[in-house]
Amino acid sequence: MTSNKQPALSIKNLTKVYDDSFKALKGIDLDVAQGDFFALLGPNGAGKSTTIGIICSLVRKTSGTVTIFGHDVDEDFSTAKQFVGVVPQEFNFNQFEKPIDILVAQAGYFGIKADVALQRAEKYLKQLGLWDRRSDLSRNLSGGMKRRLMIARALIHEPKLLVLDEPTAGVDIELRRSMWEFLQEINKQGTTIILTTHYLEEAESLCRNIAIIDHGTIVQNTSMKALLKELNRETFVLDIREELQVCPVVADYPITLVENHSIEVEVLKSQSINRLFASLSEQDIHVISMRNKTNRLEELFFDMVEKNLIEGDGEKNDE
Amino acid sequence: MNSHQKWVAFDTILRREIRRFMRIWPQTLLPPVITIVLYFVIFGQLIGSRIGTMSGLPYIQFVAPGLIMMSVITNSYSNVVSSFFGSKFQRNIEELLVSPTPNWIILLGYVAGGMCRGLGVGSIVTLLSLYFADFSIHSLPVTIGIVLMTSLMFSLAVLINAIFAANFDDISIIPTFILTPLIYLGGVFYSIKILPEFWQIVSKANPMLYVVSTFREGMLGVSDVSISFSLGMILGFIFLLSGASLYLLEKGSGIRQ
Repeated sequence: MTSNKQPALSIKNLTKVYDDSFKALKGIDLDVAQGDFFALLGPNGAGKSTTIGIICSLVRKTSGTVTIFGHDVDEDFSTAKQFVGVVPQEFNFNQFEKPIDILVAQAGYFGIKADVALQRAEKYLKQLGLWDRRSDLSRNLSGGMKRRLMIARALIHEPKLLVLDEPTAGVDIELRRSMWEFLQEINKQGTTIILTTHYLEEAESLCRNIAIIDHGTIVQNTSMKALLKELNRETFVLDIREELQVCPVVADYPITLVENHSIEVEVLKSQSINRLFASLSEQDIHVISMRNKTNRLEELFFDMVEKNLIEGDGEKNDE
Repeated sequence: MNSHQKWVAFDTILRREIRRFMRIWPQTLLPPVITIVLYFVIFGQLIGSRIGTMSGLPYIQFVAPGLIMMSVITNSYSNVVSSFFGSKFQRNIEELLVSPTPNWIILLGYVAGGMCRGLGVGSIVTLLSLYFADFSIHSLPVTIGIVLMTSLMFSLAVLINAIFAANFDDISIIPTFILTPLIYLGGVFYSIKILPEFWQIVSKANPMLYVVSTFREGMLGVSDVSISFSLGMILGFIFLLSGASLYLLEKGSGIRQ
């Protein structure tokens, strides 16, 4: 039995030291509420995949506790595992088997009989656009199809918590959007989703809450809205009608000349963009279009990781 | 997981294993059959007719049980090692590791798969051997018992090999440098009674001798060793290897980081 108040995932003081003494996780705490769409972000080697590996029992933790809907992954592993579906970063199915066989076998490992498994396999393969390829060898599927096959496989036992480790890596934009819609739909139906991704636009548009992990520690754990509020400056790219030979100067607005017809301007949240435009206009510089240089979350992410890197170096120096 | 779910999980692994070796039958079932037929033709008929008798039996009749047992051992071994290591290599072992299937079911599933191939090939070879040699079964319980136990023992042993293997070289070292020499020197082609006393003593340290001799006792009623000792020893190995395999799976050696 699971209570609605219990978090879908609760991690307490989780550490992982690999055999080569590398400390991948340095005592992280994390709670993910039931029904959440949660982003776990971090640079390469930050500890995201290690955390996911421990949640899914592919990595042995060094210390700490992990509970899934209140069930400890060590003491009550059988129940805990029934609640989790995982889509790993790398393809990890038998490339010489057919999608339909992969799904039915995965259901079997969860104790689901073949007739039920076949019905579910049909449902998910159809939803993910793979039904026509069900009897092909998996190795002959395209990269995007293989990713969708892993999503179907993760859902075959109908988990309450779905963990996706970079599910859209290498997937074209059209397919990525359709995968987002699919994930949003199953999240609406009540499945808690934890997502790691390098596409910060993906995290910003899908996830309600976010944790940023870096060097094995959680450096931020908050709602997406609260995090985006912290963004106090944005960089805009302005396309200019005139050919610029020198970089224009506007007081309090740092400007960089990118090309003859393009400049980048840093604008603080407290500053008015109108004043910038007015000042440029006075200099006979006419802006014909404007866009954000990077995704808003991306700017914050870089800030935090950079800050953590500086603090980390500071700690190292203190030692 | 309740008992029914555990049964479904075991059945799934076993069916997947059987489907695997049946799908690639030109690699799994055909080569051992051709090899054994060649053994029968060359050692049994062409050379065997010049050798005469061994332990009071025509040579082809003497070697038949050894050749059958050799095919059971090598095929049980090959199936588990290639399937388990293949799953590690392609990382689809993770499908099982993320599931609630207990480790002892995983162990049973792979071992049962290995036994099915070993016994399947053994049965084909036995049928073929009837074409080359006349024999009747001396003791059906001993014959069936020793085949099942041997197949089980080697399937377990190889699982440990596959757990530790980090590359393809690691899975060929034991069959090439340990298993094959022990089988060939384990009384498949000769009775150890023809050896000088010293080599007879050395041969008795070879576990293959007990396996082959006991099977020969079951089929033909002749053996170089004590049957009860052989069965006891194999049973001991089965318990030991089961415990070790389960321990390694629980510990996650070679499969969990």
